[in-house]
Amino acid sequence: MNQTEFLNTVLPLKDKVFRLAKRLLVSIDEAEDATQELFLKLWKNKNKLIEYRNVEAFAMTMTKNYCLDQLKAKRSNNLKLVHSNYKDPAISLERSIELKDCVSRVHRLIEVLPEKQKIIIQLRDIENFEFEEIGKILDLQPTAVRVSLSRARKTIREQLIKQQNYGIS
Amino acid sequence: MELANIEKLIEKYENAETSLQEEQELKDYFQQKDIPNHLFEYKALFNYFDESSTERYTKTIPLKTRKTNWKWISAAAAVLLLFGVYSLKFSDSISKKERQEAEFALLETKKAFQLISQKLNKGEHVAFAGLQEFNKAQNKIFKTK
Repeated sequence: MNQTEFLNTVLPLKDKVFRLAKRLLVSIDEAEDATQELFLKLWKNKNKLIEYRNVEAFAMTMTKNYCLDQLKAKRSNNLKLVHSNYKDPAISLERSIELKDCVSRVHRLIEVLPEKQKIIIQLRDIENFEFEEIGKILDLQPTAVRVSLSRARKTIREQLIKQQNYGIS
Repeated sequence: MELANIEKLIEKYENAETSLQEEQELKDYFQQKDIPNHLFEYKALFNYFDESSTERYTKTIPLKTRKTNWKWISAAAAVLLLFGVYSLKFSDSISKKERQEAEFALLETKKAFQLISQKLNKGEHVAFAGLQEFNKAQNKIFKTK
């Protein structure tokens, strides 16, 4: 793969790589670093990339592995900060504000999902991958992907309804 | 789209049985303003997905660095090579001169050693003659044999 091919096929994936990295690593800075690191890796291996039929899925797999490694390394080094137990201030009556609040709440709900479900939600609901592709990226059967996804979607919905009803998280 | 239809789709969605196309329909539906109250949380959900998918990586990825690196490395290597060849040649001409000097010095040293050994030999003869005289005198005195 030469430079122009790389620029046309691989580089446009940078946003997807960044979004998945951000989903897993949470911090924007770390996600940016990860994206840069991953693209350097891809660039170095650009001659081997032709062998992969689906470069996009390959890039996603690499991103997933890299981020999970980063998380593992971080967890053994650092204390974990739990973001999930922030108390929300009273919910405004204004619906638009409420909606904005809800949107950011969705973000936090996804943040506390198990990593596998996080990746699946990201790949399916945000990046619109097919189940077969997600299965390949995660090394899972498509049916297992469906089960995880369904579980994740139901968890998010239930939590949203719960917060809606009680007005607290 | 009809509300009943949407509700059906949502159920399928929760069971992860919707196709990508159907999910797109849901996303489109929840873009509109008037959503029934009981579906409000889905609006948040799908809006969030939409919003997230527009996020961009804005920094530039430095990929060309390696290429320019090669240029510099090869230039440096060429300079180094030239300097190496030059200094090798230069040092060669020095060593020729030095070798001649060294050979000359060797000859001179050999000459000097020869001179010393000649003188030493002469001294030895004198000393030996003296020793013989001494032995003769000793024999005369003690008459041992």
